[in-house]
Amino acid sequence: MKKCKFKITGLDCAACASHLEDKLQKIDGVEDVSISFMTEKFSFSCQEDRKEEILKIIKKVIHKEEPDVEIEEV
Amino acid sequence: MNKKMKKKLGLIISASIFFVIAFCCPLDWIILKNSLFVVSYLLVGFEILRKAARNIVNGHVFDENFLMTVATLGAFGIGEIEEAVAVMLFYQVGEFFQSYAVDKSRKSITALMDIRPDYANVYRNKEILKVDPDEVNVGEIILIKPGEKVPLDGNVVEGEGMLNTLALTGEAMPRHVKKDDLVLSGCISMDATLKLKVEKEFSESTVSKILELVENASSRKSKSENFISKFARFYTPIVVGIAVLLALLPPMFLGWDTFSTWLYRALSFLVVSCPCALVISIPLSFFGGIGAAAKRGILVKGSNYLEALSKTELVICDKTGTLTEGVFKVQEIDGVGYSDQDVLKYAAYAEYYSLHPISLSLKEAYGKEIDEKLITKNKELSGKGVYSVVDGKKILVGNDKLMEEYHISYTKNHKVGTIIYVAIDSQFAGSIVISDKIKEDAYLAMEQFRKNQVQKVVMLTGDKENISKSVAKKLGIDEYHAELLPQEKVKLVEKYMSEKSADGKLVFVGDGINDAPVLAYADIGISMGGLGSDAAIEASDVVIMTDQPSLISTAIQISHQTMRIVKENIVFAITVKIAVLLLSAFGLATMWAAVFADVGVSVIAILNALRILRIKK
Repeated sequence: MKKCKFKITGLDCAACASHLEDKLQKIDGVEDVSISFMTEKFSFSCQEDRKEEILKIIKKVIHKEEPDVEIEEV
Repeated sequence: MNKKMKKKLGLIISASIFFVIAFCCPLDWIILKNSLFVVSYLLVGFEILRKAARNIVNGHVFDENFLMTVATLGAFGIGEIEEAVAVMLFYQVGEFFQSYAVDKSRKSITALMDIRPDYANVYRNKEILKVDPDEVNVGEIILIKPGEKVPLDGNVVEGEGMLNTLALTGEAMPRHVKKDDLVLSGCISMDATLKLKVEKEFSESTVSKILELVENASSRKSKSENFISKFARFYTPIVVGIAVLLALLPPMFLGWDTFSTWLYRALSFLVVSCPCALVISIPLSFFGGIGAAAKRGILVKGSNYLEALSKTELVICDKTGTLTEGVFKVQEIDGVGYSDQDVLKYAAYAEYYSLHPISLSLKEAYGKEIDEKLITKNKELSGKGVYSVVDGKKILVGNDKLMEEYHISYTKNHKVGTIIYVAIDSQFAGSIVISDKIKEDAYLAMEQFRKNQVQKVVMLTGDKENISKSVAKKLGIDEYHAELLPQEKVKLVEKYMSEKSADGKLVFVGDGINDAPVLAYADIGISMGGLGSDAAIEASDVVIMTDQPSLISTAIQISHQTMRIVKENIVFAITVKIAVLLLSAFGLATMWAAVFADVGVSVIAILNALRILRIKK
């Protein structure tokens, strides 16, 4: 398992953050999703070889749920 | 201010200009007047309309965007155009203030916890290069100049001086380091120019470990935070339901001509019902509490633990290293026929070759250089002591068994601690009491526990009964259990867990090295002096970076204060909302008041949350 960390911007409130967290948690192959509204940090764990594929799905889900939110790998 | 906020500000300003022009426009030009209002509305409200539409498509209908859209479009519908635009404008101004306040506080709290070093000066090919700490390898030599942050953990190879560890431990007393000392990353050199040999990569260095811990802290949510998210989920649909009834029922009974009046009231009702103040101020309060604790060298791993700390009922402490210093010290010398200083001197000489902690404490207390030539004979008598010839005198240093074996008539010392008897030339010369010292700060800690509603303090230790009893008595500890094996400690903690009240929390405090099972089993495990010890950081829920037990009370105090502010915000927001909801239902509050009740309450709640950062030491 590899932990991937991102900076997440454009969230309006903590409720949106936890809503998005719930949605991302449901994606197959994604574990330990954590979105912190206060620190603007987003992280999840996945199998290293599936990272690119999973990241694509994550971006799609984020775009659908919260189009203003942007993520950037750190 | 970021790009997004600047854009929003621009929209708000231009919308306000259109609003003012429209407002001044004479009623004769009604079409122009209304078009200007619509332009203003779209400028400032388009984003909200778009979000509301998108959320409906995505299946989550009831959020604040939806509430604002329905309220303002409804106002348009009943001809209150001016009000519709003003409400949207006012709402966006409030939102702007809110995100500005959150952004500001986010920055100030993050800055508080920012101990991340920006660069490292590393020696490569006889040159000093400024590189990212990430790029430095183990074994390389780095240079720290006065005023610079130590970027990686390493041993001093050259230089000495004072280090400020305030950012790392909250401890104001600077630490002196010299050659061969380990220096932890995150400290700041006050006056020293140091050369360090890097011991750990950046990602393994203390500073990274701590940053990771603090950054992940807010991802563990407290009950209050989860409550609020759930609350918002049920609350909005209920409020919308009431608003619909409010718009439909009274007109049905009073006649349809009053429909627009009741619709207006229902719309105001919708505006005030936004749950933003709660949704935003509560995580902010917890985040502030975690930040305030970090400032004092207390790392709380999650909001849930900060919340739990406020319900501390029982504190169980390990003794050695937590309440006492964990170092043996000569406490008392009682010379018979010889001066105290002479007794200590001969004892130190006799124990010179031994590495036992007791011998080390004797040598430390003596403090002077030992002249090896004076020791002509030295023999360790296992389990009893030492026989040695020093300066032509036959010296016996050891326990009561040694005295009995050599038939020396001695006076038994009944003091608490380890007793060392000394005989010179077969004559009893005196006794020395050696014991672990209680930390000065432990007394303060006990006093503070009482003030913070801790009901019982229990001490568990593997140490001897009489020593434990004395420590417990001196500190005023309610219960103690001595001579315990590690598995017995776990059993006792289990027992206390089953005895405490359902709502109260059990805190276990240990040094984190051999207490891992107990730390994990307790409601809240606190490890002390955890700096540099990965095991301690892993196993516990709260890490205290210095070795001051009084910081446990400080943590409890911060949690009380955080919870008080959280409760204040919940009560304040709900009271104002219910009051304005009632007023608007009966037609006593306009939509203006409704917007203020929504946005104003949010801003006040945020300001209240920020008070946590100003908690006194």
